[in-house]
This record gives sequence, structure tokens and C-alpha cells, in this order.
Amino acid sequence: MIVNGEEVTREIEGRLLLIHFLRDHLALTGTHWGCDTSNCGTCVVWLDGEPVKSCTVLAAMAGGHEVRTVEDLEQDGKLDPVQQGFMECHGLQCGFCTPGMMMTARALLDRNPDPSEGEIREAISGQICRCTGYATIVRSVRWAAAQEATS
Amino acid sequence: MQVPAPLEYERATSVDHAIGLLERLGGSARLIAGGHSLLPMMKLRLATPEYLIDINDLHAELGYIRVEPGQVRIGAMTRHRELLESAELATTFPIFGDAERVIADPVVRNRGTLGGSLCQADPSEDLSAVCTTLGASCVIRNREGERVVSMEEFYRGPYETAVEDAEMLVEIRIPIRPNGSSAYEKVERRAGDWAIVSAGAAVWLDDGVISDARVGLAAVGPNTTGMPAVSDALRGSEPSEAVYEQAGELAAQYCDPVTDMRGSALYKRHLAKELTRRALRRSVARLREGV
Repeated sequence: MIVNGEEVTREIEGRLLLIHFLRDHLALTGTHWGCDTSNCGTCVVWLDGEPVKSCTVLAAMAGGHEVRTVEDLEQDGKLDPVQQGFMECHGLQCGFCTPGMMMTARALLDRNPDPSEGEIREAISGQICRCTGYATIVRSVRWAAAQEATS
Repeated sequence: MQVPAPLEYERATSVDHAIGLLERLGGSARLIAGGHSLLPMMKLRLATPEYLIDINDLHAELGYIRVEPGQVRIGAMTRHRELLESAELATTFPIFGDAERVIADPVVRNRGTLGGSLCQADPSEDLSAVCTTLGASCVIRNREGERVVSMEEFYRGPYETAVEDAEMLVEIRIPIRPNGSSAYEKVERRAGDWAIVSAGAAVWLDDGVISDARVGLAAVGPNTTGMPAVSDALRGSEPSEAVYEQAGELAAQYCDPVTDMRGSALYKRHLAKELTRRALRRSVARLREGV
């Protein structure tokens, strides 16, 4: 499996879920483990460039594929505009949903650099913020879009 | 922590390879596509396959939407997102877009597949109702070759389909008939949930008269396989509120909802009637607008 650009090889049990492989075997604990039922979306990572809920993918199914986690957003000490947006616009309160929200937001902006509020809400509709801070999350993603448009 | 029971994992490299593995491993093996129905069931130990055969590498072979003269062929590994984003499918069968927009959420739709949804055969599942409404047929492959069954034959009951051991659903075929349109209506408790009730409708007009119409319901009992009485009542009539009302009443009469946490049987019957009316009304409106 290629995780955040690096090839990793491990012996694993067939039943191991991708979320636990990332957290427990690779110590990539940025991805959070939440509801375990593909409802909350805090475990969202990219699989071959598309956001997926890693509690509902077997690690074995991702074998040979590319996985990207929240740890990969920051590059060379520079935060991704989405991460900056979450800082600037208070996109997190407790921070639990944040990794999944940011990975979905990054994928959205890559496909649609200027999403409307409705399009952002649709994109994160499979993810739950337990602090109910949706307004600031949407604002954070808009901030990132605006930032990328000017830079 | 919810984890599946121990299992052996295999990865199929072709449809024939998958069928060969199913034959060799027997009834304790299951295919896994998007996994968004099977893995949750395995976590709850409602399903405990000893062998999982991953068919995601078959997306290149079975992930397609081909609009041909007279029919649309959709590969079983076509993902929800691909169904939602297909402009050709939206033009030919707008019911798909209506339904896909309210199936789960965008991240789940990146993984889940048409074939997986149909094979799960959950009575509340929306794409089974869509395919039933459109008079689809299912292509099932085994070592000897292929057989084609109607949705009515495919769906044997809750969580049961015509796909036998060592067989695989590979394609869904939907006939295209001229001068028709379709729509889907769903009421759910919250965004992305299973339906309280859903209704699909497809209508074909000839000189302003309904030449054929089909209605398919989800989440109102095990029989989602179309309702001939509704079609019979609609054929030969001019579209009107009175006709939609009558069709809705028949749909409510023929469905068999049960009271559960999503609502009372009485409420669901009311929804079956109202959503059937709305889906028929919207299908006819689209037809007249040329959508």
C-alpha cells in the first residue's frame, strides 16, 4: 500500500479494517475512529484520490492502492489552505470531526475550486460535527477556496 | 470495537477468476464490492463468510454505462457516484439521478455499487425500486455462461436473490422505450438514511394517452417488485390528478408496510399513496417538458 506517498508493507489479518491499520499499525492517528458504522465520517481518508470511510474498507482491499491521510495535507512545514481556513475561521471546536472534514474538503476543492455553500454542505453531508459547528466549517472551506483563487 | 470475524481474503482478477474462486470455496465465500452493506453486517456478525473475494479490481471490466439503441447496459461494479454523474443516464432515465441524490451520502457513494445494492436485496433499498420501475433485467454469470432474469425473478425476498452459489451478477439491462420519462420520490428521517418510504414511477405516452406506466416502491414490505394492478389502472388514461390519485390508492392498497422505528404502518401507507402520485406527476411533467 502507498500511504502518503510512501510504500508500506505489513503482514495483516484479513479482517483488519483500514482505519485500524492506519492508526494501530502505522501510528497515523490523525485519522479518527468514530461511529464504526459509516455514518460519522471522521475516519475519511482518500483511496486512489477519492474520499472513503476507512471504517468500512478492509485494509487488504486497499493493498496496492494509494491512501492519503490528514497527515499528508501539510507539505514541507506549510499548511494546506484547507487547514489554514479551519484555523482562520474557527472550523473546529473539539476537533474530532476535523480530519474527515478536511480530507473531504480538499477533495472537493480539487474537483471544484469555487464551490457554493450548498455544494460544500452537500460534500460534507456524510459527516457529523458533534459540536454542530457546520457554519464555521463551511466558512473555512470557502476561505480556502478564496485563498487558492488569489494565490 | 466492531470488527468482522476472522476471514480469508482473496482478490479476483477477472469475472471468470471470481466465479472459479466461488466454485472452489463454496457457500462459505462471499463477493465483496463496495462493502458498504456487507462489511457492516460482518461487523455485527449477521454475516460471517469464511472467505471474502474482493472484486474491486474488476471495476475496469464491470464499471460502465452504455447507452445503446433500445437499451442501457450498466455494469454491476458501476459505483453510485458514476450513476449520479452520468449525463447520458440523467437524460435517458432521470429517475436514477433523483434516487442517487438521496442514497446515503457522497463519500459512501464513492464506494457502493449498483450490483452490490441489488444483491443485498434489502427491502428498503432504493436502486432495486428504480430497476423494478424501469423493467430492468439482470445478467447473472456462472461457469456455463449467462442467464438473464427480470427484476421480479431476481428478487426472491428480503436479502435473497436469484444469484446462486458460484454465480455473479455482472450487468443490468434497462429497455429504452420512446416517449417515456421517470421520477423518484423518497421520504427519510434525516439526510442519507434509509427510506421511510420511496416510490419510483415511469410513464410512457402515446398521443397524450398513457400507453404504459410502472410504479416501484421501497420499504413497504418484501414485495417491491412492481404492481401490475397500478399499471393496468393507468394504461389507456389521459394523465390527470384523478388518475394519479387512483394509482396512489392502489399502490397504498397493494403494499404491506409494518410499524417500526421509522413510522407507523398507517403513515407509510399514506406515504406510498402520496409519493406514487408525486412520482407519476413529475414523470409526466418531465415528459411534457421533453426532459
